[in-house]
Amino acid sequence: MPDLSEAVADPLLRIEGADKVFHGGVVALKGLSLDVHMGDFISLLGPSGCGKSTALRMIADLLHPTRGRITWTGSHSTQDLGVVFQEPTLMPWATVKQNVWLPYRLRGKSFNSVQDDVLEALKLVGLEKFQNAYPRELSGGMKMRVSIARAMVTRPKLILMDEPFAALDEITRFRLNNDLLELKQKIGCTVIFVTHSVFESVFLSDRIVVMAARPGRVIRELRVDAPYPRDEEFRTSPEYAAFCREASDALHEAMELAA
Amino acid sequence: MSLADENTPITPDAPDADELARMRQARFEKIGKWTLPVIVMVIMLVAWDRIVVLNEIPHYILPGPGLVIETLIKDWPILFDALLVTLQITLMALAVAVLGGVGLAVLFTQSRWVEMSFYPYAVILQVTPIVSIAPLIFIYVDSRLAGLLLCAWLVAFFPILSNTTLGLNSADHGLRDLFRIYGATRWQRLRYLQLPSALPYFLGGLRIAGGLSLIGAVVAEYVAGTGGIGSGLAFRILEAGYRLNIPRMFAALILIAGSGVVIFAGLSFLSHMLLRKWHESALKRDG
Repeated sequence: MPDLSEAVADPLLRIEGADKVFHGGVVALKGLSLDVHMGDFISLLGPSGCGKSTALRMIADLLHPTRGRITWTGSHSTQDLGVVFQEPTLMPWATVKQNVWLPYRLRGKSFNSVQDDVLEALKLVGLEKFQNAYPRELSGGMKMRVSIARAMVTRPKLILMDEPFAALDEITRFRLNNDLLELKQKIGCTVIFVTHSVFESVFLSDRIVVMAARPGRVIRELRVDAPYPRDEEFRTSPEYAAFCREASDALHEAMELAA
Repeated sequence: MSLADENTPITPDAPDADELARMRQARFEKIGKWTLPVIVMVIMLVAWDRIVVLNEIPHYILPGPGLVIETLIKDWPILFDALLVTLQITLMALAVAVLGGVGLAVLFTQSRWVEMSFYPYAVILQVTPIVSIAPLIFIYVDSRLAGLLLCAWLVAFFPILSNTTLGLNSADHGLRDLFRIYGATRWQRLRYLQLPSALPYFLGGLRIAGGLSLIGAVVAEYVAGTGGIGSGLAFRILEAGYRLNIPRMFAALILIAGSGVVIFAGLSFLSHMLLRKWHESALKRDG
């Protein structure tokens, strides 16, 4: 990805000196500044309590910053947002395709008018055969795929993911990591991905924002300058190992700062 | 990406001793669930009959089971009319309890003001015994039908109200956040998230309310007393009591108990049909 064009282009989203202070004076986040450009895959990496989920919730407009600003540029807004939480958060009473329909449904679109998009999203995550199944009939990994299909059915500019694969077994997680990169390539969205896994963040992202706790803050930003598409070969390559060491060192530094 | 590994194949090996014991237990439970209560009933009926016959108890003190059945058949025209009246009150009260209970619950979850103002009074209405309110109701309400309905409703609406309120408030937090992010209106949140979340709770309340509305209908009829035309089963029991027609009292009692069982079974079936596709309570556990 050429850096020049990125530097010139306006960011999709700009966070300037955002603080979040919770009731009782707990500083969850201090001075977060971040420019999110179109096409970025940014990981927020850090120990628990570093405010990475708080940052994500502020971007999603579920929380308002105590100080500082979050601005969407151009015609973009929170309308251009898809989210995936740690849990699949599917509606158990609705079928897979009804769950994926939800973002459109809340915009007042009938199922028939967006049926093609819904089926396309399900096809992208490999679940078109399960469109009429209920969530309880699916495995954990498949439920997460439905959740991802729901996040991208409207083709949003930005997808927020809050530790989406943390509860899955490693084999499923690796496979979903691969699939996620493939998907991002296909639909060309921007992703902000919260994780506490060094390996996951290096494999997925081109920018890693390392955060420390108490108070939650950014201590370093790393670039993973490895070309996409990345595959299993990248996962076993020496450069991957080198990036992992770098990220791991930064994470250790973050944890010592908090201790 | 293949999903084949999501299902592990089952090898058709012979079951071991543990598995055989488990199957025996399952078979016993399946058969015993129906046969054991039937055996108990037969023993009770025979014992009842023997006690009456051997002690030569006169039928105006304790009739035998044979005489009760005989009376049930002989008095069927009277008793059946009474049954219809009681069932009518019961079902109407249940319908009004559903409307009132769900309506109030929705109102409560939409406005904390309304909930804080009125919830305590819903509790007071519930904890005050209906027999102590009913005489007053029949003083102020002219129509006997309306009075009966009001009594039955007072008894039945509370479980629906409290269960539905609980259900509306127990929608998944992740889903709530999702609805907020996607800009759902209050109405959309209620319709697509809160009402479906509340359905299992509501159905639990409905099963309780079904039994309670029958109780409410019977109690109200006792209080309303001699009604002349259009009298229900409770009135027939009172009347038969005055005339020492004990067999008819038993026959009417059987009809009331039977109605209660049928209402409960019907509502359980409804609940199962509505939830069987997705809710934990209606799922068969495999293994």
